[in-house]
Order: sequence, then C-alpha cells, then structure tokens
Amino acid sequence: MLIGVIAIQGDVSEHVDALVRALEERGQSADIVTIKHKGIVPDCDALILPGGESTTLGRLLIREGIADEIRQMHLLGKPILGTCAGLILLAKEGDEQVRKTHQHLLGIMDTKVNRNAFGRQRESFETGLELTFLDSPYKAVFIRAPGIVGCGEDVTILAKMDGMVVAAEQGNILALAFHPELTDDLRVHQYFLDKLF
Amino acid sequence: MELEKLRHGTELIKRGFAKMQKGGVIMDVTTPEQARIAEEAGAVAVMALQAVPADIRKAGGVARMADPQIIADIIDTVTIPVMAKARIGHFVEAEILQALGVDMVDESEVLTPADHKYHIEKTDFTVPFVCGARNLGEALRRMNEGAAMIRTKGEAGTGDVSEAVKHMKQIQGEIRALKGMTREEMTRIAREIEAPVELVVETAQMQRLPVVNFAAGGVATPADAALMMRLGADGVFVGSGIFKAEIPEKMAVAIVEAVNNYDNPEVLAKISKGIGAGMKGISVDTIPQDQVLQTRGW
Repeated sequence: MLIGVIAIQGDVSEHVDALVRALEERGQSADIVTIKHKGIVPDCDALILPGGESTTLGRLLIREGIADEIRQMHLLGKPILGTCAGLILLAKEGDEQVRKTHQHLLGIMDTKVNRNAFGRQRESFETGLELTFLDSPYKAVFIRAPGIVGCGEDVTILAKMDGMVVAAEQGNILALAFHPELTDDLRVHQYFLDKLF
Repeated sequence: MELEKLRHGTELIKRGFAKMQKGGVIMDVTTPEQARIAEEAGAVAVMALQAVPADIRKAGGVARMADPQIIADIIDTVTIPVMAKARIGHFVEAEILQALGVDMVDESEVLTPADHKYHIEKTDFTVPFVCGARNLGEALRRMNEGAAMIRTKGEAGTGDVSEAVKHMKQIQGEIRALKGMTREEMTRIAREIEAPVELVVETAQMQRLPVVNFAAGGVATPADAALMMRLGADGVFVGSGIFKAEIPEKMAVAIVEAVNNYDNPEVLAKISKGIGAGMKGISVDTIPQDQVLQTRGW
C-alpha cells in the first residue's frame, strides 16, 4: 500500500505523522510518500490533500501537472482525503472569492464551497464537533476554515456547523473543513484508512 | 452556532495557522496593487507595511505600523492571509492591527522599537505573532512570550542573504547540540541562553523549533530562497527582494517556484533564467553599526 500526501505547501508533516501513528495503532503497514511533482500520484492507493493556502496550492497543482493525476485517481475510486484547503480544492464550485482570484479547483466532489466561511484568523476556533461516524465529540480545529454551502445527491453529510457542512463524503472522497492532523485524536485518520484497508 | 462552546485564540489555533504557511513565500507589500501581484504569483500571505525595508533604510527617521486605511484596503483586495508589522513592545499598535482583522502580527525589528526593554506579551492576543530571532535563546524567549512563528532576522533591506544564513545555521546548530543531553545539562544551557528549560527540553526532543521557523532578511533571488529552504527553513519571507527587483511579477513567481523546487538544481536553473535583475542591494559589512536592524530586539 502506498499513501501519498500532497506536499506543495501547507501542514504536510503533521498529516504524515498522524498517518504513521494511525497505522501503528491498527497494526498495519503502508508506505507514505510526499508529493511535489507529477508522476507519483498514479502509484498511490490513497491520497491526502493537506491544509494550506488554497490559492497557492491550486495554482501549483496545475503548474506541476498534478491536478489531472488526482482527477484520474478519483475516477479509479481510490480514497482521497481533503482537509481545509483540500476541501476547497476538491469542490466543483466556489464562491465569489474563488471566481475573483481565478482559483483552480479539481472539481471532483459535487459540492459548492465558501472560502473563509467562518471569518479571518481571529475568528478561527476549536470546538467539540459531533461527527456521524464517531460516538463522542471530536476536538475540531478550524483555521480560516471553509464551509460547504451546497451538496449534490451523492454527497453524505457527516457534520454541520452554523448551517454549513463541515465534513462530508462522496464515495471514497472525504472532505473536512477542520484539521484532524493538528490534534492527537486519530479517529478521523482511522476512518479514512478504513476506506483503504 | 453555540458561541460559548467555541474557543478562540488558543495556542493550538495560533500555531496551527503558522503551520498552514509552511513551504510558502510571504511577501512584503505596501499597496493593494502589490498585494494583488503577490497573490497572483502564489504567495501564501502578504505582509503589509508602510515602506519596504530597503526604503525604510534609505528614508531614516522613525518607522511605524502602516496606515490602517492601507492595511484595510489590502485586506479587502486579497483572499490570502494579511500580516502586518508592529513595533517591538508597541502593544497598542498590535491591538489596532488585531482590531483591523490582520491574520498575524509581526513584532518587527525593521520598525523602530517602541520599547527597549520589553517585547509585547503575546499570549494576551487572539491574533498570532511572528518574531525575529538570531539564535536559539532569542527564538525560545519569543515563544515563551507567545510567538506562534519565528523567522530569522537576517539584515532586512540589504539583499544580502549572509546574515539570514548565519542565523539559520546558528539556530539549527544549537538544536543539534542539544541532542543526547541530560536534563541537567539542558538546565545549564537554558540558563546560558536565558530561555525556559521546558522549551529547551521540548526543542531537544523534537530536534527542531517547536513552532514554524521561516527565513527572512536579505532574500533577493530564487537561489537565495532555495538556499534558505536547504538550510532547514519552513518557508521564506521576501521583503524588498520583489518590489525592488527589475520585474517584480517575474521575480515573485520565480521565488514561489524556487521554494517548491528548492532541492532540484535543474529546475532552479530554469526558474532563475530571464526574470530580470534582482534588487541592487548593499553588502552587510558596509552598513554603519548604528544602522544595523538585527540587533534590535535582544
């Protein structure tokens, strides 16, 4: 098994660490590769799009030729996790801001997103979040977080906040507005790995 | 939304924001137009200030926080995070920047210090802070005051990367030297570098600074940016280097791509071609001692 983490920009090492610990916890092994250039995504069995700045990430995913590889990977039904900026990049449609900055989206999830839906950094927050696949609240860290404001029929809502969807899945794609890689709680990474093993 | 259950401005959130900037380039801008150019080029954030360090150096006088109107205009113009500089110790400038909605405050030696004894108590703020450091002690003291991000001081406004290199190597070397030390030995080091022992121990265990560490001060070319990444920087601040270059648009894109390809000389060669001349710059050893910026801040 090979799990890729897009490493163009953002909190990459935190996702790698979380994956290592989650794999250890379940007593399974997989190789983890960080990806900055094209040619590696096609070999991966699962992929993580980390948090970072979505404008920067989107632009460089196209420039480096990785965007099309991710779309191909999706067509093969392989698991993909997008957190925060990753949730934005997965979406089909963005808000006014996305249009204004010519944001590049991968468009593989039937969602419409609102960037910085909860405000600027001073409005960033942590809270106990109820996720449908967990039996107790999850400490979710929202940093200049986006929200999903529209979903297609194939999208399952996993958590909502303030009228916006903050966790959703569509087939093997999992999109989160918060950062499970910033806490010690591995339950969300485990849920993602369940799609692989 | 049940607001009482939301926690704002925690250390996790502040440090988390800094982590989202990793592998990116943060560019100094003085106008909304420059901010737009920076965003287009792929900057992860912009740093709003009245004048870039090279011009501050030329102009002399007292350098202060930028005009709040210009900062507000920059915030309205771009969607990437907007940072802004406050004077060392000037907690009211920092409060104003927080009220304006900036995403991070840089308590910066590039501006004229407001306090020659104390830095801002940063734990009192919701907004995260970045502070400059030349060595491990300085970095850990700033973290102890609540800084969520550290950057090398370098020597701003010179286009001479040598001081940033010196500071990065100094910090990395001091961290490596902690490896294998007993707590007793680390307590001794903590006293010597005037930093809390718990932070020294944490740094020794992690074998890196516990917060994100960017390079800054003198970065002027794609090669400079890649050099700082090779030395272990988590990302790069570029001040005068972009808007004092011959073709700022090209220099900005090239530096962003250089940070992403810092370990690939073939690609760096391609990126560095045809982008026009870099800022003119001045060699650090020709600067009179009283005009050196990095010594501000202790």
